[in-house]
Amino acid sequence: MNIIVCIKQVPETTDVRINPETNTLIRDGVKSIINPFDMYAIEEAVRLKERFGGTVTVITMGPPQAESALREAISMGADEAILISDKAFAGGDTWATANTLSHAIQKIAKEKGSFDIILCGKQASDGDTAQVGPGIAAFLDLPQVTYVKKIEEIKNQKARVERMTEEGFDILETPLPCLFTVVKEINEPRLPSLKGMMRAKSAKIITWTAKDIGVDAQQVGLAGSRTTVVKIFHPPQRSGGQKLVGEPAEVVDKLVELLKSDIV
Amino acid sequence: MNYLLTEEQKMIKELAHKIAEEKIRPVAAHYDKTEEYPWEIIKVLAEADLFGLFIPEEYGGLGTSVMNLCLATEELSRACGGIAVCYAASALGTFPIILYGNDAQKKKYLPDLAKGKKVAAFGLTEPEAGSDASAIKTTARKEGNYYVLNGTKHFITNGGEAEIYTIIAMTDKSKGARGASAFIVEKGMKGFSFGKKEDKLGIRASTTMELIFDNCKVPAENLLGKEGMGFIITMKTFDMSRPGVAAQALGIAQGALELAIRYARQRQQFGKPISSFQGIQWMLADMATEIEAARALVYAVARAIDAGEKDIGSASAMAKLFASDVAFRVCDNALQIHGGYGYMKDYPIEKYLRDAKITQIYEGTNQIQRNIIGLSMIKELVK
Repeated sequence: MNIIVCIKQVPETTDVRINPETNTLIRDGVKSIINPFDMYAIEEAVRLKERFGGTVTVITMGPPQAESALREAISMGADEAILISDKAFAGGDTWATANTLSHAIQKIAKEKGSFDIILCGKQASDGDTAQVGPGIAAFLDLPQVTYVKKIEEIKNQKARVERMTEEGFDILETPLPCLFTVVKEINEPRLPSLKGMMRAKSAKIITWTAKDIGVDAQQVGLAGSRTTVVKIFHPPQRSGGQKLVGEPAEVVDKLVELLKSDIV
Repeated sequence: MNYLLTEEQKMIKELAHKIAEEKIRPVAAHYDKTEEYPWEIIKVLAEADLFGLFIPEEYGGLGTSVMNLCLATEELSRACGGIAVCYAASALGTFPIILYGNDAQKKKYLPDLAKGKKVAAFGLTEPEAGSDASAIKTTARKEGNYYVLNGTKHFITNGGEAEIYTIIAMTDKSKGARGASAFIVEKGMKGFSFGKKEDKLGIRASTTMELIFDNCKVPAENLLGKEGMGFIITMKTFDMSRPGVAAQALGIAQGALELAIRYARQRQQFGKPISSFQGIQWMLADMATEIEAARALVYAVARAIDAGEKDIGSASAMAKLFASDVAFRVCDNALQIHGGYGYMKDYPIEKYLRDAKITQIYEGTNQIQRNIIGLSMIKELVK
């Protein structure tokens, strides 16, 4: 069972600050972490390896400092890590990113033989698009299941999984190789082990550029993006609301008046 | 303060800190209340390789290092002194095997202990043999290929939960202290059972149990070292383990100080946070200063042991004595800063004071530590 996990390094904050000039995130002074949803993908990959054997390769597209995210993945039990990094990749939207990652995955498949499963977190905590995983599957023409909450069984090159829905879950069967995006219900990510941390510290992280993965520089990064961020802003804060006091009959009358005059 | 930790030591500290904050702190009150043994946390510590910190590499550990053990114990104790002692007591039960075990004994017992699959315990204390360890009554009589153990040990940390016990018993009563021997006893050996489980003031996450030996047949190959070496083994084991108790005290003190600072900043009286009062600041300053002095001593002793320094009995006793007295004082003042709230179980600080108290008592009361230090100075003079 050879597994590829796609991860993203994101700022550790729920209070994202934005540069209004460039329409990009301000990363200065904010600690970087592995996208929390990707932690579940790493954990699931390591668990599959423990169940079925094989290898776990973790990849990320990002600036050189994203290497620390890859090392953390190794400390949790991943075998290999590849950083896909090139100035040409900067500013890519979900289409360009999925294109880049799918080229890298093709290179991994070519160099290391086949893979069985690609795992991604359901979405990144900064962009929240949930598009890159499905995009990769589309580029590679692979079956995909999103929002996977359990991998029930893998047998005869087929996987049976549970996909979370708002009402409950679906049980789906898919041939391998395939791509899954996972939700937090799937597992509880482990803490690293000391031996894992030591291995991660000395692990060699491979870096691939646009040229290495054989992708057209015009089809990646800002140049290759199909979408443009026109404007980025904080929504106005909700104001406090208004409290109507008095006898019910009175209050209802007031409310109707308000609805008529101010809101409708 | 920068203690010039190695990269590996920084990793140990970071990992133990993460476990303490994410896994231990949320459940500390639960275990304090229920007195259940924290197996779920022991499993986490095992998966993180922390049980490997005190076991040689050739037996599946990461190399025996008292300093590394201290760093891990200190961080774990910041969140819960009780859970931390379950971990540290396994080191205490394991040290005799590391120090005096033969290759076969080490091969048999250490790998499972290094992986945390099993925990260990050390059995010396008896109802009538506490500070006067030479008064132990448990006997071991040689019969063919076995020693037959009879007697009762009490106040044994990890008792009942541990699989592997180092037990001190008299093989020749007529020789007094020189007639004691050390044995590796496994849970489940015929004639070995457990008695009373103690209901304690503090460190309630750890079990403290009575061990009962009723014609317990222990294979002769489980004798550690030679007959008569029981007390030497005990003394050398304590020399190595006392910095661990000191580190536990240090962690409890540090944890209490942090709670006190947080409370002082948030508690408003006379219209301002009490942390703005000089009286409170001075208390916090004294607490921090004493903790730092204790830390410097504990680390220095741990490093000296790791560097192979032989004559460490006195220094090791000083580390335990000083750090535990500091811990009790710091916890007392940390509770005082909390005022009436600190006395209530709704706040975590009262547990720190209860947990700190034991560090002045076990592995030799602080009065016994002073005896060790005093005697060593006098011996030094007549040399």
